[in-house]
Amino acid sequence: MKEIMADLDRWRTQGKRVALARVVDIEGSGPRLPGAAMAVADDGEVAGSVSGGCVEGAVVSEALEILRTGDRRMVTFGYSDDEAFAVGLTCGGTIHLFIEPLDW
Amino acid sequence: MTGSIYETWRAAVTDHRPVSLATVVEGPGTGAKLLVGEGIEPLGTLGDDDLDRVVLRDAVGELAAGTSGVRHYGPHGEAREAAVSVFIETFAPPPQMLVFGAVDFTGALVRVAKVLGYRVTVCDAREVFATTRRFPQADEVVVDWPHRLLARVGDRLGARDAVCVLTHDHKFDVPAIIGALDTEVGYLGAMGSRRTNSERLERLAAEGADMEAVRRRLHAPIGLDLGGRTPEETAIAICAEIIAARTGRTAASLSETTGPIH
Repeated sequence: MKEIMADLDRWRTQGKRVALARVVDIEGSGPRLPGAAMAVADDGEVAGSVSGGCVEGAVVSEALEILRTGDRRMVTFGYSDDEAFAVGLTCGGTIHLFIEPLDW
Repeated sequence: MTGSIYETWRAAVTDHRPVSLATVVEGPGTGAKLLVGEGIEPLGTLGDDDLDRVVLRDAVGELAAGTSGVRHYGPHGEAREAAVSVFIETFAPPPQMLVFGAVDFTGALVRVAKVLGYRVTVCDAREVFATTRRFPQADEVVVDWPHRLLARVGDRLGARDAVCVLTHDHKFDVPAIIGALDTEVGYLGAMGSRRTNSERLERLAAEGADMEAVRRRLHAPIGLDLGGRTPEETAIAICAEIIAARTGRTAASLSETTGPIH
């Protein structure tokens, strides 16, 4: 989250609503450790990353949805996921993200 | 967005003060937060006094260890229950690198170290060389003898930190190395040709350095054997060695090895 602080500050100054996605847990092979963060502004602008690029597109959709509903939650991406998401990690690992509006 | 937890977190991270941010990620009160750090009152609540108390204790532990992870609790912080999952994320201050010697290689090493997230101090006793103009990316440029700087800041060095001795001048290098061996610094390296290095080892022995500690801890000549010549290539070889020393890996190409990558 430190790495994207400048973007978070800029968006807050501009009055944009922001969703924050953080890696909280990984199983097996995973490119980024817990704490890796990505933020999505309500106009679709993106900062940071949570994987090697495999799931970022899906995270943007989830984040925008969470900004609409305010329903903060865990989202899991994995190779053998239950078809809930059409994307996975090509490395074979599983990552658990927590996505929330940055309203705190 | 008033966000006093965000603002407090932001101020701490900006000032390089360590903090841990606990967030309920599953269970009652999902999204609730508790911020813990040195020199600040715990801020926020996870929604239950007993849960706050237990998570506060665990967050202080994660803070000391510099680690992050998910922990599971009962609704009131009970162990061996899993009604509530809390992600405790620790924001440690950046690791430090002290570079002794304001030489040609120093500028490149400062730049590469900044890419890796180090807070970098350049130190040289020679006033004409140790200037912020020559090392604009350094966080700090100190005109002093290396061993005197180490006497002032050495007790703040730990396993994540690095000391790189680039001076090539025994009268600076030898006390710098002896001073660095007195700290808990995780990486210590000294630049120089094989010949410079053997002379330096003789001087260290003559000055009464703990030669067993020298053999165990001093990386000299500094850097991995990448065969590069430019200051930038040398800086990469040094930083790559620092990473390999920390992880305990062989620094061979992954194509030549087997087993897990991370």
